[in-house]
Amino acid sequence: MIYELSAIEQWIAPGARVLDLGCGNGELLVHLQKTRQVQGCGIEIDADRITEALAAGVDVLEHNIDTGLGLFQNNSFDVVVMTQTLQAIKYPDKAMQEMLRIGREVVVTFPNFAHWRCRWYLNTRGRMPVARFMPHSWYNTPNIHLCTVKDFEDLCAQMQVRIIDRQFLSANNNIRPLLSQWPNLFASHAIFRISQ
Amino acid sequence: MSISDFPADSVGLVTPKVLHNEQPFELACGRRLPGFELVYETYGELNAKRSNAILVCHALSGHHHAAGYHSKDDRKPGWWDSCIGPGKPLDTNKFFIVSCNNLGGCHGSTGPRSINPDSGEQWGADFPPLRARDWVHSQAMLADHLQIDCWAAVIGGSLGGMQAMRWALEYPQRIRFCIVIAAALQLTAQNIAFNEAARRAIQSDPKFANGEYLKKGSHPSDGLSLARIIGHITYLSDIGMGQKFGRELRSGTFELGKDEEIEFQVESYLRHQGSVFAEGFDAHTYLLMGRALDYFDLAREYNHDPVAAFSHALCDFLVVSFTSDWRFAPERSREIVEALLGARKNVSYAEIEAHEGHDAFLLPIPRYLDVLHAYMRRVQAYCEGLSQ
Repeated sequence: MIYELSAIEQWIAPGARVLDLGCGNGELLVHLQKTRQVQGCGIEIDADRITEALAAGVDVLEHNIDTGLGLFQNNSFDVVVMTQTLQAIKYPDKAMQEMLRIGREVVVTFPNFAHWRCRWYLNTRGRMPVARFMPHSWYNTPNIHLCTVKDFEDLCAQMQVRIIDRQFLSANNNIRPLLSQWPNLFASHAIFRISQ
Repeated sequence: MSISDFPADSVGLVTPKVLHNEQPFELACGRRLPGFELVYETYGELNAKRSNAILVCHALSGHHHAAGYHSKDDRKPGWWDSCIGPGKPLDTNKFFIVSCNNLGGCHGSTGPRSINPDSGEQWGADFPPLRARDWVHSQAMLADHLQIDCWAAVIGGSLGGMQAMRWALEYPQRIRFCIVIAAALQLTAQNIAFNEAARRAIQSDPKFANGEYLKKGSHPSDGLSLARIIGHITYLSDIGMGQKFGRELRSGTFELGKDEEIEFQVESYLRHQGSVFAEGFDAHTYLLMGRALDYFDLAREYNHDPVAAFSHALCDFLVVSFTSDWRFAPERSREIVEALLGARKNVSYAEIEAHEGHDAFLLPIPRYLDVLHAYMRRVQAYCEGLSQ
């Protein structure tokens, strides 16, 4: 989250209206309220995290993204952010469309299933990868729509979405140079800044 | 029982106070009250900057006695004692809490049982119809009296939540946070239908005497009791009633050969609730409060556009609903949230999993209290920011 924070922060204008879909305990919005004085609003489904976010001074709405985002008007936010949630929702493509309708810009982060560790795991063991950043077994994982960097870029092309910027993360600092060269192999997480 | 026998998180003994207003009071219906009395209670201390005041608005059958005890012999505390007290979400160590009996009530404020100074007789059926905005205006006069320029928060459940929203529109400068619990922008047809059934119960009681029962010295207790029973059923939920009563028998048996009258626990409970309510409540007040509820439409004068209505508000909002509430369903609260988002207001929303139905808003449901606690932290931060 720390890496994501600084990457996302640089794309947020001071005083922006920011909607965070799957805001958890409100960590990102608390940070952006401090550093960017944003007017933030979060969506969350987990009861305990909602209470934490409320206590942290973040406005949060209890809402299941899978039931739609019709409660938000067109262009009612400057930026719509979705961190580590795209892979856990029922209709990622529809959610993307909705985010692009609601916000002028959209920032999405997700784990890259084509990371070399995943490939290695699947290749050598023949089983669904379980790793530190994907700790669940196939039958109980909330991550029902895992994708790769290439998959996501394909979807953007298909939806005629403009990719304004992208950043790739890796837990291992030594491979940083490789990240920009072969992101789909070396990025554990990807951050995309997109718009219509 | 001595005072120290009250629970540690109780506000303890409280004494109601009365605001006497001698000035004529214009009502939304076009009529006017020649002055009024408003009975209220306060809990906690007003700080030096007078910035920590919270107004609690009551629901259909509520009153000013929201917390604590009137005497050491009271069996039950005020109606929202689960939320008001030292260390509770509406923490009396931090906030100054005000709760009044609405005009038209039957617990001490001017209402149908009061004397109409023009006639020298009890108002009875002639008491003017009231709207939520009339209550809000009278509450604003109470705020003036207490020298409170701006409420840190106005809070209410059900009809109380509707008053809280009305506050945000009528006095945007005088409310910083608005907490709306189990409420709606307007009642649905089904909700009005339940109120009508309750009204018919009262009006068809012969002792109602076409509204002249005060003059005749009678009391439509059967009608009031039935009205309460109808209401009460709708305030609970199927699953909640199942868990509380099941098919348990209070008396009688289904055994072959025995001929005892059967009474289910749920029947006994409803009868008891009905008769206790009928004893202490006035029929005209019930009709008046129910009508105010039915007629409430937050956006009526804003071209029926709730977004336009809320665009007048300056405060932040917390909206809360309960999953099993079918009288003021979560969908109604989500309509409030959607309108607030449309008006670009700061809003938080919690949908509390609870099987207690509409009544849940009065009960100490842990997650509900957690949410209120968490939100009240920012209300407190605002109060402290002002008092520095």
